[in-house]
Parts: sequence; structure tokens; C-alpha cells
Amino acid sequence: MRTAVIVFPASNCDRDAQSALAKITGRDPIMVWHRETELPDVDFVVIPGGFSYGDYLRSGAIAARSEIISDLKKKVEKGLPVAGFCNGFQVLTEAGILPGALMRNKSLKYICKPQPLTIVNSKSRFTTGYNGQKDVTFPIAHHDGNYYADKKTIDRLEKNGQVVFRYNGNPNGSINDIAGITNEAGNVLGMMPHPERAVDPLHGGTDGIELFKSVLGAL
Amino acid sequence: MKAIVHVGLKPGVLDPQGRTIAGSLQNLGFDEVKGARQGKVIELDIKGDDVEAAKARVTEMCEKLLANTVIESYRIEIEA
Repeated sequence: MRTAVIVFPASNCDRDAQSALAKITGRDPIMVWHRETELPDVDFVVIPGGFSYGDYLRSGAIAARSEIISDLKKKVEKGLPVAGFCNGFQVLTEAGILPGALMRNKSLKYICKPQPLTIVNSKSRFTTGYNGQKDVTFPIAHHDGNYYADKKTIDRLEKNGQVVFRYNGNPNGSINDIAGITNEAGNVLGMMPHPERAVDPLHGGTDGIELFKSVLGAL
Repeated sequence: MKAIVHVGLKPGVLDPQGRTIAGSLQNLGFDEVKGARQGKVIELDIKGDDVEAAKARVTEMCEKLLANTVIESYRIEIEA
């Protein structure tokens, strides 16, 4: 089982993703610096949280235009499983791999706290391991997490079961309490909460483990 | 040449920063303020002197990077 984490300047959850993947797969992931032009041959890729390029222009905007993301796009089309957490979700929407956009939180405040979530689609590739468990708590830590898409897109996401996680108590103004979505094919997940920071009792909870086990076990 | 690109949230997209600015102005006694929208201005220094060509190129820049057209619209001014 080989995995990779893409590292941008000012990514800051890359090490959390690294240790989560190492813990679950028993093997260190390959850390791929953003200047690389091609991803190594792996089974799963994480785009980590952080503040890539200092959030200049828009969160995730510059990272989404890097060559490594062009290569990721090609591999996503061939079915490569990918998850983007927090800034990684912003990068995936900016790259057009996932629909919609993440806007400034409605409160205008940076929010950092444990966040209760509801698993809406327990049949997704990222949630089968929860065995019907509906309630999980993952940390959130973001300023731009307010998910927006036009009505047509939201309706399509809801109809297709692409909404995988909803906030239980909406912290940021996201439409329909959306916390995480997949692409239509179901191989790409983007979410603002941080499952990679909920994999050890010392994190305050281990609800994130099953997410990684789901996607890695399903390969 | 200079190209001035104005980028702002599309009408209908909630702009909490604009709303806060409007509220603050009203608190300062500017009762005539009915609302505010916040955006950004990007000034580009551009080679050449063909205004139409520059406009086309800057439009491409907006579509590819400067604006996120899911939530933002843009307006371009070219100063010769």
C-alpha cells in the first residue's frame, strides 16, 4: 500500500497526514514537493491542510495551478483516490477537480475547535468502514470554509449522494451544512474538517482512523 | 500599458466582509449607506501597445487565475 502527500510552501498539516498514513498503512508515505511534475506510482494521495502560498489571491488558488496538480488531475480521471483536507479541499475546488468554492466564514472569524459531523453517505469510498456510525468529531481550523455552489450544483451533489459529511451545528455558513463532498465518480473527497488530526487518543479522538481504513481497504 | 482588473463577488453571493463594512459605516453615522460589496484590484504592467490584444489576454488571465468564476466576476480597464 503506497501513499503520497503533496507538500506546498506553507502547507502545515503535511506532517499530520504523513503520520496518519504511516500509522494506518505501516509504511511512510512519499512526500511530494510541489515542484515535482509527476506523482509517484501510489494508491492514494492526500492534499494536506495549511496556508499554501500564504493564501495569496485566494486560498488554494496558486497551488491549484501547479504542475503537480495538472498531473494529479490526469490521474484522478483514471480513478486515483485522492483526499484534500482543509486547504487541500480549497485546492481541489480551485483546480476544478471538485465543484463549488470555499468562501470566508460567515462570522469572518478563524474557527479552531472540535466539530461534530454527521456522515450523510455511509456508502462512499471514504466512509464504508464506519459501519453505519453516523456521528463523528473531527477538528476544524479554518478561515475560509464556507462552502458555496450555485443551486443547480448543490441539487446535483445532493441527488448523487456526493455530500458525504455535514456539520452538526454549522460553524461557517456553508450551504446545506456541507462539510465534505466527493466528485461524481466518488474517488476524490474534499472536506474542511481534519480526519488526519483525529487518529490518536492524544489528539482527543480517533474518529478519523476509519476514513483512512475505508479508502485504503477499498483499494 | 497598465491593465486594472477589478474582481468582486458575483451579485447574489453573500459577502460578509461587505456587510460588516456597511454596518460599520452606518454606526459612524453614514446612514445613506444601504450596502457594501468588497472586492480587490489587481494592477498589471503589460508589454506592448495593442489595447484589444491586451484585453483578450487579460480576460484569459482572469478566467485562468485572477478570478474564481464560481463566485467572482471581473472587470478590466486598460490604460494606454
